[in-house]
Amino acid sequence: MAKKPISFVLNGQDTSVFVEQGGNLLDELRRTVGDLSPKFGCGQGTCGACTVLINGEPQLSCLVLAERVEGQRIDTNGGLAEGPDLHPLQKAFVEGFAAQCGFCSSGMLMAAKALLDRNASPSRDEIAEAISGNLCRCTGYEPIIDAIVVAAENMRRRTT
Amino acid sequence: MSIEVKSFDTLRQASEVLGGSAQYIAGGTLLMRKVNYGDQSFNQLVQSTDPALKQIQSQGDEILIGAGVTMSEIMQHPQLQFLGEVARSVGGPAIRNMATIGGNLFAPRPYGDMATALLALDANLHWASGQQQSLEQFLERSDAARDIVHSISVRQPPTGAFQYLKVSRVKPKGVSLLTVAVLLNRENGRTGNVRIAFGGMAPEPRRAMAAEQALQGASLDESGIQRCLAACTEGMAPADDSLASSWYRNEVAPVYLKRLLLQRS
Repeated sequence: MAKKPISFVLNGQDTSVFVEQGGNLLDELRRTVGDLSPKFGCGQGTCGACTVLINGEPQLSCLVLAERVEGQRIDTNGGLAEGPDLHPLQKAFVEGFAAQCGFCSSGMLMAAKALLDRNASPSRDEIAEAISGNLCRCTGYEPIIDAIVVAAENMRRRTT
Repeated sequence: MSIEVKSFDTLRQASEVLGGSAQYIAGGTLLMRKVNYGDQSFNQLVQSTDPALKQIQSQGDEILIGAGVTMSEIMQHPQLQFLGEVARSVGGPAIRNMATIGGNLFAPRPYGDMATALLALDANLHWASGQQQSLEQFLERSDAARDIVHSISVRQPPTGAFQYLKVSRVKPKGVSLLTVAVLLNRENGRTGNVRIAFGGMAPEPRRAMAAEQALQGASLDESGIQRCLAACTEGMAPADDSLASSWYRNEVAPVYLKRLLLQRS
Protein backbone atom coordinates (compact mmCIF):
# COMPACT_ATOMS: atom_id res chain seq x y z
CA MET A 1 0.00 0.00 0.00
CA ALA A 2 1.22 3.49 -0.83
CA LYS A 3 2.93 5.32 1.98
CA LYS A 4 1.68 8.71 2.97
CA PRO A 5 3.83 11.86 3.24
CA ILE A 6 3.40 13.84 6.46
CA SER A 7 5.12 16.82 8.02
CA PHE A 8 5.33 17.74 11.68
CA VAL A 9 7.58 19.57 14.10
CA LEU A 10 9.63 17.14 16.18
CA ASN A 11 11.45 18.70 19.14
CA GLY A 12 11.44 22.06 17.37
CA GLN A 13 12.65 20.72 14.02
CA ASP A 14 10.56 20.51 10.86
CA THR A 15 10.32 16.84 9.97
CA SER A 16 8.85 15.23 6.85
CA VAL A 17 8.54 11.49 6.41
CA PHE A 18 6.60 8.86 4.50
CA VAL A 19 4.51 6.81 6.92
CA GLU A 20 2.75 3.49 6.61
CA GLN A 21 -1.02 3.75 6.40
CA GLY A 22 -2.42 2.51 9.68
CA GLY A 23 1.03 2.77 11.28
CA ASN A 24 1.31 4.15 14.79
CA LEU A 25 3.32 7.24 15.67
CA LEU A 26 5.71 5.34 17.94
CA ASP A 27 6.83 3.01 15.13
CA GLU A 28 7.28 5.92 12.75
CA LEU A 29 9.28 7.94 15.29
CA ARG A 30 11.56 5.02 16.08
CA ARG A 31 11.93 3.34 12.69
CA THR A 32 11.44 6.10 10.16
CA VAL A 33 12.62 9.24 11.95
CA GLY A 34 15.17 7.47 14.16
CA ASP A 35 14.15 9.02 17.48
CA LEU A 36 14.59 6.03 19.78
CA SER A 37 13.72 7.91 22.98
CA PRO A 38 10.03 6.90 23.21
CA LYS A 39 9.86 3.21 24.14
CA PHE A 40 7.65 0.37 23.01
CA GLY A 41 6.39 -1.31 26.17
CA CYS A 42 3.00 -2.88 25.68
CA GLY A 43 1.47 -1.54 22.48
CA GLN A 44 -1.89 -1.32 24.21
CA GLY A 45 -1.87 1.90 26.19
CA THR A 46 -1.25 0.28 29.55
CA CYS A 47 2.37 1.12 30.37
CA GLY A 48 2.96 4.72 29.24
CA ALA A 49 6.55 4.08 28.07
CA CYS A 50 5.71 5.61 24.67
CA THR A 51 4.33 8.89 26.10
CA VAL A 52 5.12 11.92 23.92
CA LEU A 53 3.70 15.43 23.94
CA ILE A 54 1.47 16.37 21.03
CA ASN A 55 0.93 20.14 21.01
CA GLY A 56 2.10 20.10 24.63
CA GLU A 57 -0.36 17.45 25.82
CA PRO A 58 0.77 13.93 26.77
CA GLN A 59 -0.50 11.17 24.48
CA LEU A 60 0.48 7.54 23.97
CA SER A 61 2.32 7.41 20.68
CA CYS A 62 1.68 3.67 20.21
CA LEU A 63 -2.06 4.41 19.99
CA VAL A 64 -1.84 7.47 17.73
CA LEU A 65 -2.41 6.94 14.03
CA ALA A 66 0.82 8.40 12.58
CA GLU A 67 -0.90 10.33 9.82
CA ARG A 68 -2.99 12.23 12.36
CA VAL A 69 0.04 14.26 13.51
CA GLU A 70 0.28 16.13 10.19
CA GLY A 71 1.13 19.73 11.07
CA GLN A 72 1.33 19.04 14.82
CA ARG A 73 4.07 19.77 17.32
CA ILE A 74 5.62 16.68 18.89
CA ASP A 75 8.06 16.63 21.78
CA THR A 76 9.91 13.55 22.97
CA ASN A 77 12.44 12.81 25.66
CA GLY A 78 15.06 12.98 22.89
CA GLY A 79 14.54 16.74 22.72
CA LEU A 80 14.59 17.55 26.44
CA ALA A 81 18.32 18.12 26.87
CA GLU A 82 19.91 21.27 25.49
CA GLY A 83 23.17 20.16 23.96
CA PRO A 84 25.22 18.53 26.70
CA ASP A 85 22.99 19.97 29.45
CA LEU A 86 20.36 17.62 30.75
CA HIS A 87 16.88 18.99 31.40
CA PRO A 88 16.31 19.63 35.14
CA LEU A 89 13.88 16.68 35.17
CA GLN A 90 16.47 14.35 33.63
CA LYS A 91 19.12 15.61 36.05
CA ALA A 92 16.85 15.03 39.05
CA PHE A 93 15.98 11.52 37.79
CA VAL A 94 19.69 10.64 37.54
CA GLU A 95 20.66 12.16 40.87
CA GLY A 96 17.63 10.84 42.73
CA PHE A 97 17.93 7.25 41.44
CA ALA A 98 14.50 7.63 39.85
CA ALA A 99 15.66 5.43 36.99
CA GLN A 100 16.67 1.85 37.68
CA CYS A 101 16.20 -0.18 34.52
CA GLY A 102 15.24 3.07 32.84
CA PHE A 103 12.60 1.71 30.51
CA CYS A 104 9.77 3.79 31.94
CA SER A 105 11.89 6.94 32.34
CA SER A 106 11.27 8.36 28.89
CA GLY A 107 7.49 8.25 29.34
CA MET A 108 7.71 9.35 32.98
CA LEU A 109 9.80 12.37 32.00
CA MET A 110 7.33 13.46 29.32
CA ALA A 111 4.34 12.99 31.65
CA ALA A 112 6.21 15.03 34.29
CA LYS A 113 7.14 17.73 31.76
CA ALA A 114 3.49 18.10 30.74
CA LEU A 115 2.64 18.60 34.41
CA LEU A 116 5.39 21.12 35.15
CA ASP A 117 4.61 23.09 32.00
CA ARG A 118 1.21 23.93 33.44
CA ASN A 119 1.86 23.70 37.17
CA ALA A 120 5.26 24.93 38.40
CA SER A 121 4.77 23.74 41.98
CA PRO A 122 2.65 20.58 42.01
CA SER A 123 1.81 18.68 45.19
CA ARG A 124 2.87 15.04 45.58
CA ASP A 125 -0.74 14.00 44.90
CA GLU A 126 -0.81 16.02 41.70
CA ILE A 127 2.45 14.41 40.62
CA ALA A 128 1.10 10.92 41.39
CA GLU A 129 -1.96 11.73 39.30
CA ALA A 130 0.17 13.05 36.43
CA ILE A 131 2.21 9.83 36.24
CA SER A 132 -0.72 7.52 37.01
CA GLY A 133 -0.74 6.25 33.43
CA ASN A 134 2.96 5.32 33.54
CA LEU A 135 4.04 2.00 35.01
CA CYS A 136 7.37 1.54 36.78
CA ARG A 137 8.29 -1.96 37.98
CA CYS A 138 11.56 -0.99 39.68
CA THR A 139 11.40 2.07 41.86
CA GLY A 140 8.10 1.87 43.68
CA TYR A 141 7.39 5.38 42.35
CA GLU A 142 8.54 7.31 45.42
CA PRO A 143 11.99 8.20 44.00
CA ILE A 144 10.29 9.33 40.79
CA ILE A 145 7.91 11.60 42.69
CA ASP A 146 10.84 12.91 44.78
CA ALA A 147 12.79 13.66 41.60
CA ILE A 148 9.90 15.57 40.06
CA VAL A 149 9.55 17.61 43.26
CA VAL A 150 13.28 18.43 43.15
CA ALA A 151 13.16 19.29 39.44
CA ALA A 152 10.20 21.59 40.00
CA GLU A 153 12.12 23.39 42.78
CA ASN A 154 15.20 23.76 40.59
CA MET A 155 13.17 25.05 37.67
CA ARG A 156 11.41 27.60 39.87
CA ARG A 157 14.76 28.76 41.23
CA ARG A 158 16.09 29.07 37.71
CA THR A 159 13.25 31.27 36.54
CA THR A 160 13.16 33.59 39.58
CA MET B 1 -1.39 -6.94 6.84
CA SER B 2 -1.65 -3.44 5.64
CA ILE B 3 -4.38 -1.10 6.64
CA GLU B 4 -5.99 1.56 4.55
CA VAL B 5 -7.07 4.78 6.25
CA LYS B 6 -9.98 6.73 4.81
CA SER B 7 -10.83 10.24 5.98
CA PHE B 8 -14.12 12.02 5.47
CA ASP B 9 -15.26 15.59 6.08
CA THR B 10 -18.63 14.53 7.47
CA LEU B 11 -19.70 11.68 9.71
CA ARG B 12 -22.54 10.89 7.33
CA GLN B 13 -20.07 10.09 4.55
CA ALA B 14 -17.91 8.09 6.93
CA SER B 15 -20.88 6.04 8.14
CA GLU B 16 -21.76 5.05 4.58
CA VAL B 17 -18.54 3.08 4.10
CA LEU B 18 -18.70 1.25 7.46
CA GLY B 19 -19.35 -2.42 7.83
CA GLY B 20 -17.53 -5.48 6.57
CA SER B 21 -13.82 -4.89 6.96
CA ALA B 22 -14.04 -1.16 7.76
CA GLN B 23 -13.94 0.13 11.34
CA TYR B 24 -14.50 3.68 12.53
CA ILE B 25 -11.63 5.08 14.59
CA ALA B 26 -12.20 7.87 17.11
CA GLY B 27 -9.57 8.37 19.85
CA GLY B 28 -7.89 5.12 18.91
CA THR B 29 -7.29 3.90 22.45
CA LEU B 30 -9.23 0.69 21.78
CA LEU B 31 -8.84 0.22 18.04
CA MET B 32 -5.11 0.95 17.75
CA ARG B 33 -4.46 -1.83 20.28
CA LYS B 34 -6.10 -4.20 17.84
CA VAL B 35 -4.05 -2.77 14.97
CA ASN B 36 -0.84 -3.16 16.99
CA TYR B 37 -1.69 -6.76 17.82
CA GLY B 38 -2.42 -7.68 14.21
CA ASP B 39 -6.20 -8.07 14.39
CA GLN B 40 -7.26 -9.52 11.04
CA SER B 41 -10.97 -8.73 11.32
CA PHE B 42 -10.65 -5.37 9.56
CA ASN B 43 -8.33 -3.77 7.02
CA GLN B 44 -9.79 -0.29 6.72
CA LEU B 45 -9.89 2.49 9.29
CA VAL B 46 -12.45 5.20 8.72
CA GLN B 47 -12.05 8.60 10.35
CA SER B 48 -13.83 11.91 10.15
CA THR B 49 -12.90 15.51 10.84
CA ASP B 50 -16.54 16.57 11.23
CA PRO B 51 -16.51 19.62 13.56
CA ALA B 52 -19.80 18.39 15.09
CA LEU B 53 -17.79 15.68 16.84
CA LYS B 54 -16.24 18.30 19.11
CA GLN B 55 -19.33 20.38 19.93
CA ILE B 56 -20.65 20.90 23.46
CA GLN B 57 -24.00 22.71 23.53
CA SER B 58 -26.63 23.27 26.19
CA GLN B 59 -30.32 23.41 25.42
CA GLY B 60 -32.10 24.19 28.67
CA ASP B 61 -30.90 21.65 31.23
CA GLU B 62 -29.97 19.21 28.48
CA ILE B 63 -26.41 19.13 27.18
CA LEU B 64 -25.40 17.81 23.77
CA ILE B 65 -21.87 16.39 23.74
CA GLY B 66 -20.15 15.56 20.46
CA ALA B 67 -18.99 11.94 20.33
CA GLY B 68 -15.39 13.03 19.72
CA VAL B 69 -15.13 15.05 22.93
CA THR B 70 -12.28 13.61 25.00
CA MET B 71 -12.21 12.81 28.72
CA SER B 72 -9.83 15.77 29.25
CA GLU B 73 -12.22 18.11 27.46
CA ILE B 74 -15.08 16.91 29.67
CA MET B 75 -12.98 17.62 32.79
CA GLN B 76 -12.23 21.14 31.61
CA HIS B 77 -15.74 22.13 30.53
CA PRO B 78 -17.65 24.19 33.13
CA GLN B 79 -21.04 22.72 32.18
CA LEU B 80 -19.84 19.13 32.37
CA GLN B 81 -18.59 19.22 35.95
CA PHE B 82 -21.08 16.50 36.92
CA LEU B 83 -19.15 14.16 34.60
CA GLY B 84 -15.72 15.47 35.62
CA GLU B 85 -15.17 12.87 38.30
CA VAL B 86 -16.14 10.10 35.88
CA ALA B 87 -13.80 11.39 33.17
CA ARG B 88 -10.97 11.70 35.70
CA SER B 89 -11.40 8.05 36.69
CA VAL B 90 -10.62 6.90 33.13
CA GLY B 91 -6.95 6.04 32.47
CA GLY B 92 -4.04 8.38 33.05
CA PRO B 93 -3.70 11.91 31.61
CA ALA B 94 -2.39 10.65 28.24
CA ILE B 95 -5.33 8.26 27.73
CA ARG B 96 -7.74 11.02 28.77
CA ASN B 97 -6.31 13.31 26.08
CA MET B 98 -7.21 10.66 23.50
CA ALA B 99 -10.19 8.61 24.68
CA THR B 100 -13.57 9.94 23.56
CA ILE B 101 -17.00 9.84 25.17
CA GLY B 102 -18.39 8.18 22.04
CA GLY B 103 -15.73 5.49 21.99
CA ASN B 104 -16.36 4.64 25.63
CA LEU B 105 -19.88 3.46 24.73
CA PHE B 106 -18.28 0.68 22.66
CA ALA B 107 -15.61 -0.26 25.20
CA PRO B 108 -15.77 -3.88 26.34
CA ARG B 109 -15.46 -4.60 30.07
CA PRO B 110 -13.47 -3.91 32.18
CA TYR B 111 -13.67 -0.52 30.39
CA GLY B 112 -16.76 1.61 29.84
CA ASP B 113 -16.87 3.65 33.06
CA MET B 114 -18.24 6.70 31.25
CA ALA B 115 -20.90 4.54 29.57
CA THR B 116 -21.95 3.27 33.01
CA ALA B 117 -22.34 6.83 34.29
CA LEU B 118 -24.27 7.88 31.18
CA LEU B 119 -26.59 4.87 31.58
CA ALA B 120 -27.48 6.00 35.10
CA LEU B 121 -28.04 9.51 33.73
CA ASP B 122 -30.38 8.12 31.03
CA ALA B 123 -28.39 9.58 28.14
CA ASN B 124 -29.58 9.50 24.53
CA LEU B 125 -27.53 8.72 21.44
CA HIS B 126 -27.78 10.67 18.21
CA TRP B 127 -26.51 8.66 15.24
CA ALA B 128 -24.93 10.10 12.10
CA SER B 129 -27.96 8.86 10.14
CA GLY B 130 -30.13 11.22 12.19
CA GLN B 131 -31.71 8.45 14.27
CA GLN B 132 -31.96 8.69 18.03
CA GLN B 133 -31.91 5.97 20.62
CA SER B 134 -31.56 5.75 24.36
CA LEU B 135 -28.17 4.51 25.53
CA GLU B 136 -30.01 1.78 27.39
CA GLN B 137 -31.59 0.43 24.19
CA PHE B 138 -28.24 0.58 22.43
CA LEU B 139 -26.47 -1.38 25.20
CA GLU B 140 -29.15 -4.07 25.22
CA ARG B 141 -28.54 -4.87 21.57
CA SER B 142 -25.49 -7.02 21.11
CA ASP B 143 -25.22 -6.76 17.30
CA ALA B 144 -22.49 -4.57 15.87
CA ALA B 145 -23.39 -1.00 15.02
CA ARG B 146 -23.35 -0.06 11.36
CA ASP B 147 -23.66 3.62 12.09
CA ILE B 148 -21.52 6.17 13.94
CA VAL B 149 -22.52 7.97 17.12
CA HIS B 150 -22.68 11.67 16.32
CA SER B 151 -23.40 13.03 19.80
CA ILE B 152 -24.76 12.17 23.21
CA SER B 153 -27.39 14.19 25.01
CA VAL B 154 -27.72 14.09 28.75
CA ARG B 155 -29.75 16.01 31.28
CA GLN B 156 -27.76 17.82 33.94
CA PRO B 157 -28.67 16.13 37.26
CA PRO B 158 -29.84 18.21 40.23
CA THR B 159 -27.00 19.08 42.61
CA GLY B 160 -25.95 16.03 44.63
CA ALA B 161 -28.34 13.66 42.82
CA PHE B 162 -25.64 11.87 40.85
CA GLN B 163 -23.09 9.64 42.58
CA TYR B 164 -20.31 7.62 41.03
CA LEU B 165 -17.79 5.12 42.35
CA LYS B 166 -15.11 3.21 40.49
CA VAL B 167 -13.62 0.30 42.40
CA SER B 168 -10.05 -0.49 41.49
CA ARG B 169 -7.28 -2.52 43.12
CA VAL B 170 -4.45 -0.24 42.03
CA LYS B 171 -4.01 3.19 43.56
CA PRO B 172 -4.18 5.90 42.46
CA LYS B 173 -5.34 4.52 39.14
CA GLY B 174 -6.22 1.14 37.79
CA VAL B 175 -8.73 -0.70 35.73
CA SER B 176 -12.21 -1.09 37.16
CA LEU B 177 -13.22 -4.14 39.19
CA LEU B 178 -16.69 -2.74 39.07
CA THR B 179 -18.25 0.66 38.71
CA VAL B 180 -21.44 1.99 40.28
CA ALA B 181 -23.38 5.05 39.17
CA VAL B 182 -26.56 6.23 40.86
CA LEU B 183 -29.02 8.96 39.95
CA LEU B 184 -31.22 9.58 42.94
CA ASN B 185 -33.78 12.31 43.30
CA ARG B 186 -34.99 12.90 46.82
CA GLU B 187 -38.34 14.10 48.01
CA ASN B 188 -38.86 14.95 51.68
CA GLY B 189 -36.00 12.75 52.87
CA ARG B 190 -37.26 9.77 50.89
CA THR B 191 -36.11 8.59 47.50
CA GLY B 192 -37.95 9.58 44.35
CA ASN B 193 -36.90 8.56 40.85
CA VAL B 194 -33.87 6.24 41.00
CA ARG B 195 -31.52 4.81 38.39
CA ILE B 196 -28.68 2.48 39.38
CA ALA B 197 -26.14 1.29 36.81
CA PHE B 198 -23.26 -1.16 37.26
CA GLY B 199 -20.20 -1.46 35.06
CA GLY B 200 -18.19 -4.68 35.11
CA MET B 201 -21.14 -6.67 36.45
CA ALA B 202 -22.25 -7.83 32.99
CA PRO B 203 -20.72 -7.80 29.50
CA GLU B 204 -22.13 -4.29 29.04
CA PRO B 205 -23.04 -1.60 31.61
CA ARG B 206 -26.38 -2.70 33.07
CA ARG B 207 -29.14 -1.21 35.19
CA ALA B 208 -30.00 -2.89 38.49
CA MET B 209 -33.77 -2.61 37.98
CA ALA B 210 -34.81 -4.71 40.97
CA ALA B 211 -32.64 -2.58 43.24
CA GLU B 212 -34.09 0.59 41.75
CA GLN B 213 -37.62 -0.58 42.50
CA ALA B 214 -36.70 -1.59 46.02
CA LEU B 215 -35.31 1.86 46.65
CA GLN B 216 -38.39 3.79 45.50
CA GLY B 217 -39.84 5.68 48.45
CA ALA B 218 -37.35 4.14 50.88
CA SER B 219 -35.57 6.16 53.52
CA LEU B 220 -31.87 6.57 52.92
CA ASP B 221 -30.53 4.81 55.97
CA GLU B 222 -29.11 1.42 56.86
CA SER B 223 -32.47 -0.32 57.18
CA GLY B 224 -34.18 1.63 54.39
CA ILE B 225 -31.73 0.46 51.72
CA GLN B 226 -31.60 -3.17 52.92
CA ARG B 227 -33.98 -4.56 50.26
CA CYS B 228 -32.28 -2.55 47.54
CA LEU B 229 -28.86 -4.00 48.42
CA ALA B 230 -30.24 -7.55 48.56
CA ALA B 231 -31.64 -7.17 45.05
CA CYS B 232 -28.78 -5.29 43.40
CA THR B 233 -27.03 -8.24 41.77
CA GLU B 234 -30.25 -9.67 40.34
CA GLY B 235 -29.85 -10.17 36.58
CA MET B 236 -26.12 -9.45 36.65
CA ALA B 237 -23.48 -11.67 35.06
CA PRO B 238 -20.10 -10.53 36.41
CA ALA B 239 -16.93 -11.81 34.82
CA ASP B 240 -14.49 -14.32 36.24
CA ASP B 241 -11.21 -12.74 35.27
CA SER B 242 -7.71 -12.09 36.52
CA LEU B 243 -8.94 -9.08 38.54
CA ALA B 244 -11.61 -10.89 40.54
CA SER B 245 -13.97 -13.85 40.47
CA SER B 246 -17.64 -13.39 39.66
CA TRP B 247 -18.38 -14.62 43.22
CA TYR B 248 -16.27 -11.79 44.62
CA ARG B 249 -17.92 -9.17 42.44
CA ASN B 250 -21.37 -10.38 43.51
CA GLU B 251 -20.31 -10.18 47.16
CA VAL B 252 -18.82 -6.68 47.03
CA ALA B 253 -21.29 -4.99 44.67
CA PRO B 254 -23.85 -4.41 47.50
CA VAL B 255 -21.08 -3.20 49.80
CA TYR B 256 -19.99 -0.48 47.38
CA LEU B 257 -23.57 0.41 46.50
CA LYS B 258 -24.26 0.86 50.21
CA ARG B 259 -21.26 3.15 50.64
CA LEU B 260 -22.40 5.21 47.70
CA LEU B 261 -25.99 5.51 48.91
CA LEU B 262 -25.14 6.33 52.52
CA GLN B 263 -22.29 8.79 51.93
CA ARG B 264 -24.87 11.20 50.58
CA SER B 265 -27.20 11.29 53.55
